[in-house]
Amino acid sequence: MKGGAGRRSTLPGFGLTMGLTLTWLSLIILIPLAGLFFKTFELSLDQFWAILTSRRTLSALRVSFGLAFAAAMVNLVMGTIVVWALVRYQFPGRRIFDAIVDVPFALPTAVAGVALTALFAQTGWLGAPLAQLGVKVAFTPVGIFVAMIFIGIPFVVRTVQPVLIDLDAEVEEAAASLGANRWQTITRVILPSLIPALMTGFALAFARAVGEYGSVIFIAGNLPNVSEIAPLLIVIRLSEFRYADATAIAVVMLVASFLIIFVVNRIQRWAQTRIPAH
Amino acid sequence: MRFLITAIALIFLTVFVVLPLVVVFAQAFAKGIGTYFAALGEPEALSAIRLTLLTAFISVSLNLVFGVIAAWAISKFEFRGKTLLITLIDLPFSVSPVISGLVFVLMFGAQGYWGPWLQSHNIHILFALPGIALATTFVTFPFVARSLIPLMQEQGTQEEEAAISLGASGLQTFFRVTLPNVKWGLLYGVLLCNARAMGEFGAVSVVSGHIRGETNTMPLLVEILYNEYQFVSSFAIASLLAMLALITLIAKTILERHLDEGQLSGGD
Repeated sequence: MKGGAGRRSTLPGFGLTMGLTLTWLSLIILIPLAGLFFKTFELSLDQFWAILTSRRTLSALRVSFGLAFAAAMVNLVMGTIVVWALVRYQFPGRRIFDAIVDVPFALPTAVAGVALTALFAQTGWLGAPLAQLGVKVAFTPVGIFVAMIFIGIPFVVRTVQPVLIDLDAEVEEAAASLGANRWQTITRVILPSLIPALMTGFALAFARAVGEYGSVIFIAGNLPNVSEIAPLLIVIRLSEFRYADATAIAVVMLVASFLIIFVVNRIQRWAQTRIPAH
Repeated sequence: MRFLITAIALIFLTVFVVLPLVVVFAQAFAKGIGTYFAALGEPEALSAIRLTLLTAFISVSLNLVFGVIAAWAISKFEFRGKTLLITLIDLPFSVSPVISGLVFVLMFGAQGYWGPWLQSHNIHILFALPGIALATTFVTFPFVARSLIPLMQEQGTQEEEAAISLGASGLQTFFRVTLPNVKWGLLYGVLLCNARAMGEFGAVSVVSGHIRGETNTMPLLVEILYNEYQFVSSFAIASLLAMLALITLIAKTILERHLDEGQLSGGD
């Protein structure tokens, strides 16, 4: 029990706690996830390919990934603006607005879903004026886009915020005193320091939106080939007992999330090695 | 410039965050306070509230124990593969909720790996409490461990080593030295874990089977009532969950201030 691999530490319990951690992690996370991959091995490559390239699957994947990308772009821009206002400016209610950035994290997705639908339906507070302008949001792909923006708000804000706070105002002043104008200071000094955090926030918002289910399905309309997201198609295939179809779609999404985790880890490492250069 | 940026930020947050919150309560009270409370008193609503509390209790307890154990192993010792282990603990954050439910259907469903065996022994996991608790435990897995690890790493091992050298046992050291140092961080993790456990929708929806009065949690009941056009009832349940979210956020903000004041500025 006395930490075999735990070198230099005289504390007890390494063997026991590590053993329990690995056991519990395997039981709850690793074995169930591995089961998903094993299930796809029951399919031949042709079957797997046929499922993925069917019109309905392809369009569901396109809707989920495409709109998630677009929503993450909006979050990137709006998140930067929000962070800037929260960190650099004083205004009444700043602390409250800072706290409510986390609402999309804390609000159960089903609640967000029905709330956004009520808000953007044609009779809703925002849906009615938008309808007069000829814009339909609820029950169209635009609705999915709106829900994905909602769910992604905290990611860019919360990853960029600490970096912007730490960014020395002195560096900016130095740039200004050396003759840089405001625009040059922003594009040459501030933005480059924020880039790793911005990329991380973008990737996290994108990953979350791709897999999002609860806040999207109410407002989406869920029309096959038009406004049907990939997670919903998994649920539909399950309810039809077409497990193979559900599993194939899930594996593609899972591999995509693993890739995103990998990219985020790379960005973090890159950001760490970059710091001494400044 | 300054005015413009602040205005854009506030309008964006108001449209996308404040209004959805407000609309929940407006819809819930649309037909008056009497209807609101009548909706919450329905047997179906009460059973959903009970199931949600029970599920959250099970999942939070399990992840609390696991999170503390994992944080001890990870933060107090050096070993190879630590980064990989943390990445694996974080995995559920990146998995779509629907997939988090699907993996348990593939294990315990009628066509799943252990489905036939479970059926022949008359054990119900799917479409019953165990499945709901499992899926919820999966999605809330990282919260406690992730809020403890940075804190405990920052505090190092000196205090614990001193306690051990003075003759304290491992458990005594943990409960008398480590735990008091990380209590706010632990509470923070439990708080977020609980909020997610009570609000989880996608994963639970896949494993629950939607048996009325039996396997519907509050978020699932919100969906069912909404699809039946019982908007006041749906939003009444939703308003309880929204209040939970608001209370969680307030408590979180207070805890973050506590955490910042101490030497502990880690967070995540």
